[in-house]
Amino acid sequence: MTNRKAKERYCLGIESSADDFGVGISTFDGKILANAIDAYVPPEGGIHPREAARHHAEVASEVLDAAFAESGVEPRNLSVIAFTQGPGLGPCLRTGATVARALASHLKIPLVRINHCVAHVEIGKLETGTKNPLTLYVSGGNTIVAAFDAGRYRIFGETLDIALGNCLDVFAREVGLHQKPSLPFGAVVEKLAQTGKQLMKLPYTVKGMDVSLSGLLTAAVALSKKGECKLEDVCYSLQETAFSMLTEVTERALAHTGRDEVLLTGGVAANKRLQSMIKSVAREHTARFDVVPTRFAIDNGAMIAWTGVLAYTHGAVTAIEKSQVRLRWRLEEAEIPWMQ
Amino acid sequence: MKQPVLIKKGAEANLYLADWHGRKAVLKKRLPKEYRPKFLDEQIRVYRTIHEPQLMHEAKKAGVPTPVIFLVDHKNTTIVMEYVEGKQVKQLLNEVSESQRQSLCFGIGEMIGRLHEYGIVHGDLTTSNLIQRSEGKVFFLDFGLGDKTKELEARGVDLHLMKRALQSTHYEFADECFGSAIEGYSSVLKSETTGNVLHKIKEIERRGRYVAERKEKD
Repeated sequence: MTNRKAKERYCLGIESSADDFGVGISTFDGKILANAIDAYVPPEGGIHPREAARHHAEVASEVLDAAFAESGVEPRNLSVIAFTQGPGLGPCLRTGATVARALASHLKIPLVRINHCVAHVEIGKLETGTKNPLTLYVSGGNTIVAAFDAGRYRIFGETLDIALGNCLDVFAREVGLHQKPSLPFGAVVEKLAQTGKQLMKLPYTVKGMDVSLSGLLTAAVALSKKGECKLEDVCYSLQETAFSMLTEVTERALAHTGRDEVLLTGGVAANKRLQSMIKSVAREHTARFDVVPTRFAIDNGAMIAWTGVLAYTHGAVTAIEKSQVRLRWRLEEAEIPWMQ
Repeated sequence: MKQPVLIKKGAEANLYLADWHGRKAVLKKRLPKEYRPKFLDEQIRVYRTIHEPQLMHEAKKAGVPTPVIFLVDHKNTTIVMEYVEGKQVKQLLNEVSESQRQSLCFGIGEMIGRLHEYGIVHGDLTTSNLIQRSEGKVFFLDFGLGDKTKELEARGVDLHLMKRALQSTHYEFADECFGSAIEGYSSVLKSETTGNVLHKIKEIERRGRYVAERKEKD
């Protein structure tokens, strides 16, 4: 354990909105000192919120210990505790919020609530050095094209139904694929898609700057179950179609906003094919392209810690009695006082 | 035709200023997108090149101004159409007075009502796709994502997209503008139809993830 500098200040962030329980520690000048994560992997099916929450409660103290060990920071050196207030799954969010409240009141330091989607954007900016990007945020729960304007991250495009990560996960489950902690469903589909060659016709649904993915999912599952084509080809077709739709709306938003930076963030940002597509449109519009590093692409505590620093140093503090979780806290509703 | 000059590099197509036998024209060329597979790319571009002028023609029959089509070349995924001299509604909304804004949006709502009644949804109702000529007529552009349908769902999505586009680009007066547009819309369509469409918009919003309003139904 290293001794940290005497005057350095730290924020500890807790993330628990879905299947990952994460604890991160960031200095006030944006050095990520710890990013400990424990993922809940359901034995079968999707994430059951209550089961995931039970997992989070079980691993919370271990993950906290790991973060303190990794950073060399002692609990008493912390200045503020940040936590994901929403959006996400209720029982999961509540578990993380309970841990955060307990820590803050025990250490007698302030608590700061963080919007999960904002944190994905902020960690991307921190890690890539982008200043004011158009962001494509794609994960299991969200599919959003947003850019900052007048105090908020404004949503230009989003999914009209299911999220991109959700679409890939459900497809993988429905066609009988299996995931491992080291190889989530998205990565399994990506790997299979790499050897696919034949592009099958699947519904391509772009509406303005929004996309619809549920029809695509249904069609891809049906196509696979018919058993007439190789699974690799279906994975390839699903990815190509879904990513083309997302890239098209990203390009629309890019042309509309005229931004010169494009940031890809969220769990699905790790997908190399999606990266290459978004990179291609960024280049075409002479915008810089950046993608968040994989360890910060998935849900993690570090992004909450860093966004906690931004919020706290711009006057945000959350009273315990106002710290109830917000399951449906839209990105656009969160105030961003540190921008401008 | 003289050498066309690029006037806008859009997301989908490049727009060039051209001369069409002495008339000022816009050449809209849908360029190949390197990011998507060739087969899918061609399919999308050819479909939209053929589809867009058809819908523009239909829109005129519905009484909604759209540019005159001069040429459709689906092999080169190019459309040549009239150049509409005027100002984008995107700009106008920020420049005019409150009452002018309201009547502009009312008028736009009326036009959308006419489109929907005739069986057309526009598919991309942003304020950059609307141009007002100096005499006041508002022209509708960019029908590439439109559809011929009278389905309630399609109409709801069409207006939902417009609301969202207003919220992201004109957040200061998005609600006011959308309200005026709906007034105009309901002056064309039967009040029962408008009611159903508004109800549909609510339903579409609730479908979206993390919308607080969904809570009422939980």
